[in-house]
This record gives sequence, structure tokens and C-alpha cells, in this order.
Amino acid sequence: MRRIGLAVAAAVLLILVSGAALVLFGPFREGPAGVVRTFLGGGERSPAGGAHGWTAAERGLIASLSIDQLPPLAPDPSNAVGDDPAAVAFGHALFFDSGLSPDGTVSCSSCHVPELYFTDGKVRANVRGADTPRHTPTIVGIGYSDWYYWDGRKDSQWAQALAPQEAAIEHGGNRVAHTLYVLDNYRSQYEALFVRAPDLSDETRFPLNAAPVEDALLRAAWDEMTEADQNTVNHVFADIGKSIAAYSRRILPGRSRFDDYAAAAIANDQGRMGEIFSAEEAAGLRLFIGDGQCTDCHNGPLFTNGTFHNIGLPLPEGSSFDQGRSLGTLKVVDDAFNCLGAFSDAGEEDCVELRFIKMAGDELVGAFKVPGLRNVGNTAPYMHNGIFPDLDAVIRHYNHAPPAFPGHSDLVPLALTVEQSDALKAFLLTLSAAPDAPPELLQAPERGE
Amino acid sequence: MRVCLSVCLLTLAYIAGACNMVTPDQGGGMEMDGEGMEMDMSGGSMAADALEPQTTENSLFSVSAVSSLDPVVINETHAWTLHIENADGDAVTEADISVEGGMPEHNHGFPTAPRVTENLGNGDYLLEGMRFNMGGVWVLTLEISSGGESDSVTFEFELN
Repeated sequence: MRRIGLAVAAAVLLILVSGAALVLFGPFREGPAGVVRTFLGGGERSPAGGAHGWTAAERGLIASLSIDQLPPLAPDPSNAVGDDPAAVAFGHALFFDSGLSPDGTVSCSSCHVPELYFTDGKVRANVRGADTPRHTPTIVGIGYSDWYYWDGRKDSQWAQALAPQEAAIEHGGNRVAHTLYVLDNYRSQYEALFVRAPDLSDETRFPLNAAPVEDALLRAAWDEMTEADQNTVNHVFADIGKSIAAYSRRILPGRSRFDDYAAAAIANDQGRMGEIFSAEEAAGLRLFIGDGQCTDCHNGPLFTNGTFHNIGLPLPEGSSFDQGRSLGTLKVVDDAFNCLGAFSDAGEEDCVELRFIKMAGDELVGAFKVPGLRNVGNTAPYMHNGIFPDLDAVIRHYNHAPPAFPGHSDLVPLALTVEQSDALKAFLLTLSAAPDAPPELLQAPERGE
Repeated sequence: MRVCLSVCLLTLAYIAGACNMVTPDQGGGMEMDGEGMEMDMSGGSMAADALEPQTTENSLFSVSAVSSLDPVVINETHAWTLHIENADGDAVTEADISVEGGMPEHNHGFPTAPRVTENLGNGDYLLEGMRFNMGGVWVLTLEISSGGESDSVTFEFELN
């Protein structure tokens, strides 16, 4: 009872004194009616001030971006072998195997280059002199995503891993050819993980090249197959994707200088903070979590809210408008390899994101997935269309924030000064760290692994 | 004066903390920092039961909405339980409920398409697919139909 009495007295005092402090200490963004804000959530300035002086609320926001807040990667219920070491090794081999392309020149690692933080450094993905429509995103930490591709047209890492194999200007292969190749070259690894490999030797039932793709010959060959035979191939093809995902989900972000700073900020150790960040980097962080409004979308330990926004990007010369998420939604619900499909290991209740997918709304038009910002200083160019060659160009865009057409831009012009823009960039450069993965996974496997 | 007030505030915060004014279950995303202070490290949160029950616009229904994720944090898809009573305080057990919402200030809706998936009985309804993708002020609007009558209610709340 006494505790409650004391608590009530403290609460009343706290509210009174907080109110007085707000009058004295300046502006306070008013919360909506009926919502009680806690003391720590207020807008009070740290009494210490200076480059590394943060309020408790600011320190909480900094902490929310730290890798220390990143939970262990949860299992992917749609991929039963996702955390199986044998699948990691198998997928590692497949990721680097250019045998998964008809001319033997393209593997996953052609565009997801380990030395480039699993990107390719190109404006748009391009393996044989022809640009794909979009820029290659990193795969570091991407296992945490709910959606894959810039438009989220896949809902698992394994389903994503299948699509480039059949894209004419990427791997350029097809599912029957790749299934035959994998069973020929990796039979024992496959059978150790999955069921006994099916017999695909009857070419009248299993033509050497067939897939439900745009190419008329491949599609005709696929359509000739019985549904049961198509499913046999689809199962092995899905298993190939699940193995590649088991490997790629192990590539996690490493501990950056920012994360050390966040730890010092949580402890409110300004001396330590000053050792880790320059005043300019701290000023950039202050903009990032404050006036820059960057954490509206680039939030959480991976610096992404995992959803889709239109930010009014310019179109590359000669290209037409890219619908982005508004088409991605239609594709993912129709995808045979989605979470609810026959080749997924998940139960319906596991497929929450797909079951509650947002299918309608103006904000989907021209919207693309918010990329995480870890290693952003090492992964130029930027945006889904690679339109910006460097971070200066990115920040210029945010400073001006032109309206989107079609759709609406989620940006408001930041109008940062040159000094502020430089500080923001300096902060972004503190987010780099070598990927966190066993060293052997960061290079092609040795033969016979 | 400012220093004195700050010291007072800090002292009071300690007292409040010691008296369990704000606990992990109540305060939303709270963890202890290096100085033993409670700090919200979620990037945006709210206690699961933060919303006061509300009466619909034309006073036909009283509605409460409680999250099953406690605290409510950003970037996690989760379910809520709605409870609906009529003006006499009796549970409304056969309601149709449509759901809308978003961030009016940002001109966007929810990142998901939440909907009522189950009538749990006793005036309770399961609302699945709720997700908030940033801190700030959100609204949740429920259009409720029962017995040939419809009414709506909007909850406004902040994840901070």
C-alpha cells in the first residue's frame, strides 16, 4: 500500500515537474489525446550537451539501431533444411556453381560478390552485356526479410533463389536442366538432405530443357509434361532453392563502429563515445534519428522497416515507369513457390505475412523495399534502379525530395546544409563491417567440400 | 535552475522506477541501460493495453482493443483482441467489423491488410495482421455492423 502511495505521489510530482521542465526547456511534440507519454519519452535535452550528449529517449533510439538489438535469426518455417549444416554446405557449393547456367558462366556469386558485400558494384545487374531492370541488392542479413526482390515478389529466400536461375538475362537456365544438373553432380548431398533423388532419365517425360517461362520453346516443353512430372521437377527445384537459402541466410551483418558507439551511448559514457565517433559523425547520427527523419523507414538493427515506400526517384534515361510493389504483390500471391504453396514446408498459420499482405493502396505504386543501411558506404550505386552513383547524390535527393509521379513520395525535403549533409554521410560510413559468417563461407568452397 | 530541475527529474525518475511505475510489461520495450535506468530500445513501442475503451461515433457500441504483443513494437506482425458491447453494456456477439488505419500525417495506411479473422465469443473478436512500420501517431478505425446498425470508432495512439 505504501509503495502504491509513494508511486502515486511520485507520478503526480513527476507530471508536475515534467510540465514545468517542458515550459522551461522548449518545444515538446504533443502526443495524441488519451495517450500518456512516459518521462523518458520526452524531448528534454541532456544537461551535459555537446557532441555526445544525448537524452534518454535519444539513447534509446540509438540503441534500437544497434546490432545488439538484433535477435538471432528465427527459423524459416517454409524451409525445413534452412538451418541444417549439410544444407549450408550444399547451398554453399550451389551458390558458387556456374554450372547452373547453360553457358557455364553465371552463378549466384556473379552478382552477389562476397568481396563487394555480396553486391556487384554495377548500376543494374548485368552478366552478359544486357542490363536487368534493377540494381543488385546485398544478401548480407537478408534472411531477416519478409519479402525478397525490390518489389517483394517473393516471400522467402529460397523462392527468391530460384527465379534468377530461369531469368533469361541472368543465369538463363531452366528448372528441368538445373534439376538434372544438380542430381548428376550432387546426388549424394541431395539424398542425404532430402528424399531419394527421382529418376528423370526418361527424356520423353522429362525433356532436357523445360520451364514455365516466357521462352516459347521452354514453355511448350513444360506444358507437354504431366502435372505429376512437373511436380517432381518442382520439388527438386525447390530443394535447390532451400539449400542455397540455407547458405545465404548464414551471411549476417558484422559489428560496425556505430554498434560500439551505441553501446557507449547506452552506458552514457561520453568519454568512450568521443573515442569512437568524431563530432561530425555524432552530428550525423543526431540528424539521422532526429530532423532527418531517417528512422521512419530505416529503423531497427538492420536500418530497414522491411516494407515498401515510394521516394520519388528519377527514372534512368530511356526507361519507363517501374510499378514496383503494386505488381510485386500480384506476383507473390500467384507464386507456386510461396509460403502457402505445395513446395513450402510451412503450415498456413506460419504464413502471416502472405495472409495479411497489403494488396491495395496508392502507396504501393512505385514503391520499393527499404534497403538496410549496414555497409551502405561499400555498396554503391544506390536505389532499386541504381540511379545514384554515391551517397552525396542520395542525400541531394533527400534534400530536394521531388514529388513522385505516378504515386506519392513519402519524403519531405530535408534542405540540409552542406555541413549537415556531410555529417549525415560521415555517420552512414560508420555502418560498415565485414559480414559475420565463418570465413570459409565468404569465398567459393574448396573442391570436394 | 535548469541543473536543479534536471537533478530533481532524474531523482524522481529513479523513484518512479523503484516503485515499478514503468515495468517491461507496462511501459513498452523497456530495458535497463548501463546506469540502471529504464530505456526504451525498441525504436517505437506502446503498452499492449494502452488504448482506453471508446464509444463509437453515434454511441451504439463501446469498443476496446488490446494487443496480444506486449509491448506493441514496430516491425512485428501481430494480433489484437477487440471487445464490443452495446449501449447497455451487453456483449455484441454477432458483429461484422471492417478495419482501416494508418498514419494520417504520413499519408499512408498500415503496411499490412489487417482483418478480423475469428469471432471468439462473448463479444471478443480476433484482429490479425496488425503491423506498424515506424514510430509516430497511428490510427485504427473500426466500422462495426450488428443487428442492422452500423457505427464506427477511431483509436489514435502513438508508438514512441
